[in-house]
Amino acid sequence: MNHQAPYINRRSLAQPVLTALRSEYLVLFLCLLLFSALAPFTEGLASGNNFKNLLGNLAPLLVVAVGQTLVLIVGGIDLSVTSTIALTSVVGAFAMNGDDGWLKGSPAATPVAVMTMLGLGSLVGLGNGVAVTKLKMPAFIVTLTTMMFLSGLAIWMTKSKPLYNLPSSFTALGSQLWLALPIAAALAGLAHLLLTRSLFGRWLRAVGFNSRTANVSGVPVDAVIIAAYVACGLLAAAASVLYTARLETGSPVLGQRILLDVIGATVIGGTSLFGGKGKVLWTLFGVLFLSLLDNALNLLGLSHFTIMMVKGGVILLAALLDTARTRWLAA
Amino acid sequence: MTPLLQFEAVEKSFFGVRVVKQVSFKVGQGRILGLVGENGAGKSTLMNLLGGNLQPDVGSMQFNGNIFAPKSPGNARDAGIGFVHQELNLFPNLSIAENLFLTDFPVNGPFIRRGVLQQRAAALLKQVGLDLPPVTPVEHLSTGERQLVEIAHALSFDARLIILDEPTTSLSTRESERLFSLMRQLRSDGRSIIYISHALGDILRLSDDVVVLRDGEVVGDFSAAGLDQSKLVSLMVGRELKQLFPTRKPASAGDGTNEPSSLMDVRGISQAGVARDISFTLHRGEVLGISGLMGAGRTELARILFGLDPHELGTIKVEGLELTGSPKRRIQERMAFLTESRREDGLCLEASIADNMALVTLPSHARTPLRLLDFTRMREALGKIREAVRLQSKLNDGQAVKTLSGGNQQKVVLAKWLLAEPRILILDEPTRGIDVGAKSEIYQLIHELADKGAGVLVISSELEELTGICDRILVMSAGKITGEFASAEFDRERILNAALPA
Repeated sequence: MNHQAPYINRRSLAQPVLTALRSEYLVLFLCLLLFSALAPFTEGLASGNNFKNLLGNLAPLLVVAVGQTLVLIVGGIDLSVTSTIALTSVVGAFAMNGDDGWLKGSPAATPVAVMTMLGLGSLVGLGNGVAVTKLKMPAFIVTLTTMMFLSGLAIWMTKSKPLYNLPSSFTALGSQLWLALPIAAALAGLAHLLLTRSLFGRWLRAVGFNSRTANVSGVPVDAVIIAAYVACGLLAAAASVLYTARLETGSPVLGQRILLDVIGATVIGGTSLFGGKGKVLWTLFGVLFLSLLDNALNLLGLSHFTIMMVKGGVILLAALLDTARTRWLAA
Repeated sequence: MTPLLQFEAVEKSFFGVRVVKQVSFKVGQGRILGLVGENGAGKSTLMNLLGGNLQPDVGSMQFNGNIFAPKSPGNARDAGIGFVHQELNLFPNLSIAENLFLTDFPVNGPFIRRGVLQQRAAALLKQVGLDLPPVTPVEHLSTGERQLVEIAHALSFDARLIILDEPTTSLSTRESERLFSLMRQLRSDGRSIIYISHALGDILRLSDDVVVLRDGEVVGDFSAAGLDQSKLVSLMVGRELKQLFPTRKPASAGDGTNEPSSLMDVRGISQAGVARDISFTLHRGEVLGISGLMGAGRTELARILFGLDPHELGTIKVEGLELTGSPKRRIQERMAFLTESRREDGLCLEASIADNMALVTLPSHARTPLRLLDFTRMREALGKIREAVRLQSKLNDGQAVKTLSGGNQQKVVLAKWLLAEPRILILDEPTRGIDVGAKSEIYQLIHELADKGAGVLVISSELEELTGICDRILVMSAGKITGEFASAEFDRERILNAALPA
């Protein structure tokens, strides 16, 4: 019976690993692992200033990714979020900039511009949702073409020049961490509440799991899908407010590079591309993970292209881990 | 002469239920064998064994004098067995020629020899009498023409045995006749055919031999000469009734009187290709069965009644008010619909038991603002209904519904609808694929609901089930109601005769 000892040993070693793999906090553990592995070699990673920087980057990304989470849960995808960010950034800046803005100098400039941006984002979402449900077009194509069209539109409107001189009451929203963070947290918290405790959240998941079952069971399937896209567009616009304010610039290429981060962070968190499964908390972990990786690689002084390669590799690994984990746990 | 195919004491079980029991019969060289039996008698399983999709647990098959144990459809094909399926297995986006030689393209290195392909395809099409260019995409073909393509495919690898599974259900008379003459011609070429059909007249007209299956057993093996339809029908249905069904109190209106009071009036429902002038009344406290063969339009009718599919003509009235709109509106009118397929539109398999149960009645637990759910009340309701349907599994540990057995899954679907306290409940194949214990519990629940005054509409392919639990049975065939039987006149042979195509 002496072969029993190593057996037990192996088991006790495997146990914490298995527990971690099973846990929905897996990605958070990976963040801690990444941080503690890189911190000794990376000057400034653990500094207070860097944390501020990290959180400032994280806040708007979280807001877009939460919107994407809603759409993924309902079984769709929204590739147009980055172009929504760019377009609303430009339109908001057109409205309120101090050079030739429509509302130049008016005290109402900031609130009106923000409302316009949010309204425009919702409208983009509405268009996507209607095309997906009423015209029965694949979400991938609908939102891909929306992305191309809106990106082009934003550049055409500005003749590809960024717009500066935004009112300080607006830029504070993004540059002041004590404003940006609570805004992002409130939006994510509201989405979390709706997803876990409301009728809408349940319907969203039911449609994502099986839209035919949902339809037979009296769920207004089309309305639920449209609502998810509208919420996604609205949140993309809210993220645009944070980004535009942070950069103090209305830019037609704003957010162009973050599409992979948005979808990557959501999927790394554990939200399924096949619909039904997803949590705001998971997305928060995914966003934290990618932001941390980005930040650390930047501090290490790697070039933009190296960072892209490493990020791509890590997202692939995370996706691989996720499928493997699903298979192991099912076995 | 040795027979071409021989089954020897073949058995097959699924989940401990024997669906094919000690089956032995022979198919002679150059003969047509008619294979008949009710839905679920084991015909499909037997053909899956022959086609290599399944392997027998016990017993063996012999083909052409050799032991035949196919492990895959490819094995069956190589041995010379061709299938023409009920749901045709052709690729509509490819041409006739490409479909015929999909696994066997004439090639030159990596390139397909187009000329040779067209030539061979044309020769095969000539053999089956299909006068179309081989380059025609299959999507442009009618069902009858597609069947001929499938037969041509069987001939492409020189099949000695061709299996035709319900080939005529969607054919016009002319197309059927063309198929029959082709079958006779194949027989005179020395090929053998297994012909599976519910059209007993055609079976008797074409076959040399007839084998009758019932409950997975061979209950008759005859030469077709001298057989008649009524003998076949009595063999198909002649099974002993088991004590599976609860005793039914006479239907009452739930208000003390015995006058049947109308609950749902269906008048003249028509929809092209699906339903033709369907009218009936469902009474309070009544269990009304709808019998019929596959493809008779029963599920389609149920979907129309529940607002899932449109109808061109006719009205549906509940207590005098006309029903319109989506399933959501029907649910508000306290109508419920347990669908035929739990997997496809009955459950969210990945979601938890509790989430599935709550789905229909969620709006009643939503509170403003934000329509947040009152989980305390919801849990109470779920707990009660869980006991009512006698579901053993716990609700609070988030167990996914896909981990449950078929019977327990069906209880979850039933619970989902019972929570809404329906006054009209439509059940489409409520006991398909579930074990006997759960069956009998579901029958009991159906009766309890009817006793409380609800109207229950039960669609089933198992005649025994309908005669066991219903107060009245309607029979459908080809989208029409072709028979109505009150419980006193339940007669399995008469019902089956009404269901058979005219």
